[in-house]
Amino acid sequence: MKSNLLWSILAAPLALMACSNADGPKTASATPASAPAEKVPAPFPSTYKAYPGVATAIRNVTIYDGEGGKIDNGVVFMTSGKISSVGGPDTIIPPGVNVVDGAGKFVTPGIIDIHSHLGNYPSPSVEAHSDGNEATSPTTPEVWAEHSVWPQDPGFSRALANGGVTALQVLPGSANLMGGRSVVLKNVYARTVQGMKFPDAPYGLKMACGENPKRVYGSKGRMPSTRMGNIAVNRQTWIQAQEYKKKRDSGKEYTRDLGMETLAGVLDGDISIQNHCYRADEMALVLDMAKEFGYKVSTFHHAVESYKIADLLRDNKVCSAVWADWWGFKMEAYDAIPENAAILHNAGACVIIHSDDENQIQRLNQEAAKAQADGRRMGFNISDAEVIKWLTYNPAKALGISDKTGSLKAGKMADVVLWNGNPLSVYARPDKVWIDGALMFDASNPKIRPVSDFELGQPGEGDVK
Amino acid sequence: MRHFLYAASAVAAFATPIAAETIAITGGRVVVGDGSAPIERGTVVIRDGKIIAAGANVAVPAGARKIDATGNWVTPGVFAGFTRLGLSEVDAVNGTNDKSGGKSGFSAAIDVAPAIDPFRSSFAINRAAGVTRAVVAPEAADNIFAGQGAIADLGADSNPVTKARAFQFAEFGEDGAASAGGSRAGTHLHFRAMLREAQDYAAGRGTFDDDLLKAEDAKALLSVLKGETRLLIHVEGANDMLRLMELKREFPAIKMVFVGVSEGWRVARELAQAGIPVVASALNDLPATFEMLGATQSNIGRMKDAGVQVAIGMINDRDSHQLRYTTQYAGNIVGLQYVPGATGLTWDEAFSAISSVPAEIMGVGDRLGSLKAGRAADVVVWDGDPLELSSAAIAVIIDGIEQPLANRQNRLRDRYARPTEGDLPKAYDR
Repeated sequence: MKSNLLWSILAAPLALMACSNADGPKTASATPASAPAEKVPAPFPSTYKAYPGVATAIRNVTIYDGEGGKIDNGVVFMTSGKISSVGGPDTIIPPGVNVVDGAGKFVTPGIIDIHSHLGNYPSPSVEAHSDGNEATSPTTPEVWAEHSVWPQDPGFSRALANGGVTALQVLPGSANLMGGRSVVLKNVYARTVQGMKFPDAPYGLKMACGENPKRVYGSKGRMPSTRMGNIAVNRQTWIQAQEYKKKRDSGKEYTRDLGMETLAGVLDGDISIQNHCYRADEMALVLDMAKEFGYKVSTFHHAVESYKIADLLRDNKVCSAVWADWWGFKMEAYDAIPENAAILHNAGACVIIHSDDENQIQRLNQEAAKAQADGRRMGFNISDAEVIKWLTYNPAKALGISDKTGSLKAGKMADVVLWNGNPLSVYARPDKVWIDGALMFDASNPKIRPVSDFELGQPGEGDVK
Repeated sequence: MRHFLYAASAVAAFATPIAAETIAITGGRVVVGDGSAPIERGTVVIRDGKIIAAGANVAVPAGARKIDATGNWVTPGVFAGFTRLGLSEVDAVNGTNDKSGGKSGFSAAIDVAPAIDPFRSSFAINRAAGVTRAVVAPEAADNIFAGQGAIADLGADSNPVTKARAFQFAEFGEDGAASAGGSRAGTHLHFRAMLREAQDYAAGRGTFDDDLLKAEDAKALLSVLKGETRLLIHVEGANDMLRLMELKREFPAIKMVFVGVSEGWRVARELAQAGIPVVASALNDLPATFEMLGATQSNIGRMKDAGVQVAIGMINDRDSHQLRYTTQYAGNIVGLQYVPGATGLTWDEAFSAISSVPAEIMGVGDRLGSLKAGRAADVVVWDGDPLELSSAAIAVIIDGIEQPLANRQNRLRDRYARPTEGDLPKAYDR
C-alpha cells in the first residue's frame, strides 16, 4: 500500500514534469464568441442511464436513513430505480417483489466520497496516467477533471465492493490555487466518462490553500511562493472574473474564456467551491476572501484544523471534509487530531469523512467509526445514525445532489448498501450494493462484481479482492 | 534493555513512568498472543519487567499492585511488524526526516538505531494506541541495501532501542531495480557482486577502490551472508519472489524475510517450502504497480493456509506515524472470514500476527511478543475488543512499567474541546 499522498504532499515532482511555462493567472483558450450568451447545451453531457433492476424489498433489517434516523427491524422498498418506501416492520411489501431478508444486517444509503482521485490518479500509479494536476500555472480554472478520468481505474470496483461507494467527486489535484472543475460520478463502470457522470450534478471548483501551491510555483521561481502570494493571486483572479461576468451580463459582444466561465459560474452560484485547506487561520482568510467577491465556500477539504474554528465554520455554514486521523505527513497537518470530526459535530458544524485515497475510500465507514469513538472518549456521544450522515447526506448536500441521493427517502435514487453487520464495526463489509435500484455488487455472486478492462486476463482477475 | 529514566524536568511534555513493580492484572479476558483462544477472567502477573504468569488459575503474589480489568481485554502490546517509527517528525520537513541515509555514500553499514528518537510525537501517540514494540527499518536510496534496522520499544524513556542492528533491509522489485540502475537484472547482479565483495573483505582481498561497498558496508553484509543478521527484503511481485528464492538456494545461510508480498498468495506453496517468513501489508488490494497486479486482501489468509509464517506490517503506508492502524488492519483480515469466497484469519490468528508472530520472525519470540512466562512485560488493557474500531487502550505497560498515555494530540483536543475563546486567548488554556 503505497501511501497516496501524491496530491496532498508531493505535487512538486508532478509540477516539474509539466512542460508549459504559461505565465500568471491568465486562463487558456480565449476564443472569440458572439454575445449575448445563448443557452447552449452543456458540453460533455452525462449519458449515464440506470441499469435495469427488479422491485426489491429488504426487510427485517436495521436501517440508518442517512439523515440521522434509525429504524430497527425495518423495511426498505425500492422500485423503478427509486426508493419507494422506508419504514418499520409493518411497512407494506407488495406481493411478487424480490424480498431480501436482512436479519442481522444493516442498510445505509450509498456511501459518497466527496474527495477522490479515482480515474485521474488511477491504479496502477504510473506517470502516463497521472492526470490530476495541470501544474503549469497557479490558476487553471479552465481545466475539467472529467477530461482526465480513466474510466477503467480498478479502484472504482474496490470502492464499490469494500466501501459501498455509489457516488464520488473526482477533483483536480492541489498543486494550483484554482485547480479546475470537479466532476461527480456514479460509481458505475462505463466505456466513457460521460457514461459515469452523475446526471445534473453541479460542478465544483477545486481550490487549494497553503503549502502545495506556494511550493510548486515558488520552486519554479514564480508567484506564488508564499501564503500572501497565494491570496494575492487568488484575489487578482477573482477581480478578473468579476469583470468578465459584468461583460458577459452586459449583453454586449465578449470573448469566451473557459477559465473565466468557470469562475463566473462560481460567482453566479452555479459552481460550488471545494477548497483544499488544512490550517484554521487560512480557512478564516478564505472565508473573508469569499465575502469580498461574493461567493460561497461549500466545503473545506482535509481541514485538519477545523476543530479550532468549529464555531466560525458553523456560523458560515461551511462543511469540513476530513480524515479520521491523518497527521504529521506535512507541516500543515501537524496539529491534526483524531477528535476533529467530533468537536466539529458537537459545535453544530457540518462534518464529512473523505478519503483522498484509493485505499481509504474502501473504508470510509471505518474511518467514521474511529472518529466517533474518539469523540465518545471525550464525552461527545454521537449516535451511529448521525455518524452515517457524515458519509451520505452531508456529502450529498455539499455536492448539491441531496435532492437526488444521500438518504433513504421516498422518491430518491435507490442507491443502497446492505452491510453484513454494523457498518461502524471493523468486521463489516457490503453484502449487496444497489445503484439506482440495479444490483451492482453482490458478495455472494461473483458475476455481480465489476472487473475493469485493465484487470481482465490478469492474475487474480475477478478474484475476491 | 535497561531503561534509563530521564529527569522529568528535562521533558515536561512526558510524565516519567514509575520504575518496574510487581503488578497483577485481574478479571480481564486474557489474550496470550500465541494464537490460542482468549482466557476469560484471567490473571496476568508481572515482576521485574517480565511476565511471570498469565492464565485462569494464577495466584496474585502478596504485595502486588492490582489492576482490575474486569470487563476489559488484556493482551500483549502490539508488535508492529514493519515501520519507520521515530525516524521522522514531519515527513515533508527534511530536517526531521531521517528515514533514508542513502546519500551518505554508505549503504549496508547504515544503522538506524541512533536516529530513532523516542521524543518524536509518534512515540507517545502510538504508545497511547497500544503499540509497544516496532520493527524499524531505514529507507533505501541509491543502493538496494538500505542499512541495518532495529527493534524498538515505545516506552516513555530515553532508550528506545531494544535490539540494534537486528536486521539488514534491502529493496527488490521495482524499487530495487530503480536503485540498481533501472533493471531487475541489475538488482540481482548488485546483490551477488556485493555479497562477493563482502566475502573478499572477510578474506582480506577487499580493495574498496572500484568496489560497490565501503569496508563498513562489507562488514555489515558479511553478517547477513553468515546468517547472523536477518535480511528483510521488500518484494511485491510473484516472479521477484521466485527469483529471490533461487538466490536463497545459492546463499543458503542467508535468513530471508519478505516484506510487502502483495502477490505472496501466488507463490504461497513455494514460500512455505523455502521456509521464508513474511511481513505482509494486510489490505493491499489494488494493482498499485505492475508488480502488484494480483494484490488481494485474501493474500494473508491464503499464505497462512499454505503454511507460511505471516506477520502484519505496513511498509510505505504511513509507516512512521500510523502504527496505530495495525489493529484495524488485523480486524479487517478477521472480517474477511465473513465474506463469501474470501480468505481471512481467525481472531486468534490475527492477533498473533501483530504480537507473537512478528517477534518470532525477528528472532526475539523468546523475549517479546506474548504473555508467556519470561517475556518482557509489554501488556495492554483495552476497554473492548482490541481489533474493533470503538476500542481503546486504557493501560499500557512496557517492560513492566505503566506508561503515560498523554500526548500533544490530546492536549490540543482538550484545549479546543470548546473552540470559542474565553476570557483569555486559547494560548493560555493549558
